Amino acid sequence: MTNEKDATTLGVASERATLAALRKRPRIKETLIQAFLFVCGALSILITIGIVYELGKESALFFTRKQWEQTNKAIAWDMDAGGTTVDVTTSGAALRVDDLILLNQEMMRVVSIEGTRLTVERGIDGTVSMAHSKDTPIQVATEVTLREFFGTTEWNPQIGRFGIWALVNATMMTSLIALAVALPLGLSVAIYLSEYASEKARATLKPILEVLAGVPTVVYGYFALTFMTPLLRSIIGQDIVEVYNTASAGLVMGILILPIVSSMSEDALSAVPNSLREAAYGLGATKLETALKVVVPAAFSGIAAAFLVAASRAIGETMIVAVAAGAGPNFTFNPFRAAETMTGHIVRISGGDLSYNSLDYNSLFAIGLMLFFMTLGLNVVSQQIVKRFREVYE
Amino acid sequence: MSGDRGPMAGTRLTRRYKVAALWRNVFRASTVVGIIVLGLLLINIANSAFGYVAVTNRVDPGDLVAEDRALEDLDHAELVAILEVNISKGLFRKLANEKPFAERERAEVLGLIYENVVKPEVAKQWTLLESITKRSEIVAEATTAYPSATLRFESWLDVAFITSPQSSDAVKAGIRTALLGSLWTIAIAIVFAFPIGVGAAIYLEEYADHARPAARAINQVIQTNISNLAGVPSIIYGILGLAVFVRVLEPLTSGAIFGLTDSTTANGRTIISAGLTLGLLILPLIIINSQEAIRAVPNSLREAAFGLGATRWQTVWSHVLPNAMPGILTGTILSVSRAMGETAPLVVVGASTYITADPSEPFSKFTTLPIQIYQWTTRPQDVFRNIAAAAIIALLMLLLSMNGVAIVLRNRFSKRT
Repeated sequence: MTNEKDATTLGVASERATLAALRKRPRIKETLIQAFLFVCGALSILITIGIVYELGKESALFFTRKQWEQTNKAIAWDMDAGGTTVDVTTSGAALRVDDLILLNQEMMRVVSIEGTRLTVERGIDGTVSMAHSKDTPIQVATEVTLREFFGTTEWNPQIGRFGIWALVNATMMTSLIALAVALPLGLSVAIYLSEYASEKARATLKPILEVLAGVPTVVYGYFALTFMTPLLRSIIGQDIVEVYNTASAGLVMGILILPIVSSMSEDALSAVPNSLREAAYGLGATKLETALKVVVPAAFSGIAAAFLVAASRAIGETMIVAVAAGAGPNFTFNPFRAAETMTGHIVRISGGDLSYNSLDYNSLFAIGLMLFFMTLGLNVVSQQIVKRFREVYE
Repeated sequence: MSGDRGPMAGTRLTRRYKVAALWRNVFRASTVVGIIVLGLLLINIANSAFGYVAVTNRVDPGDLVAEDRALEDLDHAELVAILEVNISKGLFRKLANEKPFAERERAEVLGLIYENVVKPEVAKQWTLLESITKRSEIVAEATTAYPSATLRFESWLDVAFITSPQSSDAVKAGIRTALLGSLWTIAIAIVFAFPIGVGAAIYLEEYADHARPAARAINQVIQTNISNLAGVPSIIYGILGLAVFVRVLEPLTSGAIFGLTDSTTANGRTIISAGLTLGLLILPLIIINSQEAIRAVPNSLREAAFGLGATRWQTVWSHVLPNAMPGILTGTILSVSRAMGETAPLVVVGASTYITADPSEPFSKFTTLPIQIYQWTTRPQDVFRNIAAAAIIALLMLLLSMNGVAIVLRNRFSKRT
């Protein structure tokens, strides 16, 4: 009995020892490595946060910064502490209703303007109403309001005009021209490579087209300026087409995004199972009918995603427009005139020595934020389309 | 039954086939258009990079020497004598102070004569196509319009172009500074992005916990975030680099905390800022490519390693990574060649418009090859277009050789599996 009991306790003890030996031991090195790798992965989140934070912070400064600028106007009579109307000299830049103006230390808001007579609201922003003598110069605040930013079409930082549509319009023009070239052409190339071309032709043609995607964008800029622009000018006319124009930049940008459309669409078309094609042929459809009525609809989600990615790439494209589209914001719908896009403007004003405490520096971030959300939106929608509408075949 | 379809069915069928044939040609033509454009692009560049030029000299070299001899035949002493006679005393003394003439090579003195006395200038340049097809017309035009000029076939891309520094004179300008700047920034970008990118890929593929909902959510966020980052326009990275590396980290990126107080570079617009910006740009690309390479490693390898009692890290380090490495390297080279051609972010970060000194350390000012091309392209003088084209060819050759390495790696990789 005792022996047996001893044996049992011994057995339990040894079992415990074995279990202890087999228990998961803390491996410090392994844990450290895993932690380091996690940090590597999480760094990408930090980059996104960095982008959003920096763009957001500087954009907020852009919309709140008040800069006082001389208008070269002065008041034409003495003003007491209570009066709300005043005549101003006709010299200098015109004031507008709702402008904030500064006389000595007092801030006022322009309520209405009749000729040279201003009606003002006194003592804005906690400043004290006080008397001003004749000929006190008037300073005007160039605070950029969201309403001005999104509601006007003139972008001219020198005189404090920040209407984003001048830049967005040019971006839209170049991108739409590019898409008008790249979407039909790219889809045709994709259909040809996936449905018509022999295996051998595909093996040679596809890499050649991919070379187009690998060419640096500044080279396309050179091409637009030295080839496309002279070509357009000789076909359409020297006096219609300016040296810098959005048409030339857009057309060349179309060539740049052509491989994106063709390559992504071709992948989508190739993923459609052969059984669908065979079924269509079995019903007597021609190759074209099979391609357009069966294969393309089946691959629709992939093709739509390709279009959106291409659009996002076109909006963010910089060097072609910086070289060929023109330097100077210009709100125009004429593709043969010069106009500066959002990206082109960023490159131009950041090229020189930009001082950190200027409206120009802040405006860079406001444009950047807008650009970021536009491209992000397109990319996210494109991913959602792929996720939601993808036809899964067994 | 077939009789019911009648002749109408036949014509409809013919029409359907006609339409099919028409579209087939449209599709094929689109593909051809793409390839033609690529051809045009390359021809357009070559067209400007080579061709006849009419060069006028301020002083004809023949006037400098006795009639029966050429400038190139003279010996060292005679060349120095010619230089002394033809330039101002002040300049001669300045040159002698920089380096005594006795120590200068004969070729160097000859170069000084050309630079300071002969002063060749390009009066007119012709494109390659014109040079080939209208040679006689060019000769005729050159003799009538530029009687004092010598006509020669110029290859703007030559050894001197690659080895000489930037210059405001298009004839002498080279891409040495820009090439070195490109290599420096790329090296920094790789050192920064490669370990982090591969680390992140290993985490997401090998370590990420897909069982617990909270952990899965985090991993999902990281994964989505990476694919979104890959779609952010490059110029946004430039703005981020300007705000973070140039402005906030200025003491670090200007080298001030390492005791470097060179006032010309102490504004943070340095090689290291540019390199790190490009590093951020290619990080998502490296992660995505590396993930694919790691995913392609067969699971049996991992299971075999685990079965022998290897820890996770031992499995990854000795089995997964060696097998995934060719794929990872291919992806990295392709990402790096993308970074090599990037211009916009570096313009925003603050590339210098004109530097002639070679970059010597991470805290030097910088310019890169694509930026050099951009600046030359936007100059109004035509002759800068020629050297821009030559620089483009140099850049494309560089990218082509990098892609060639990637293809070789990929082929070796696919043979093994």
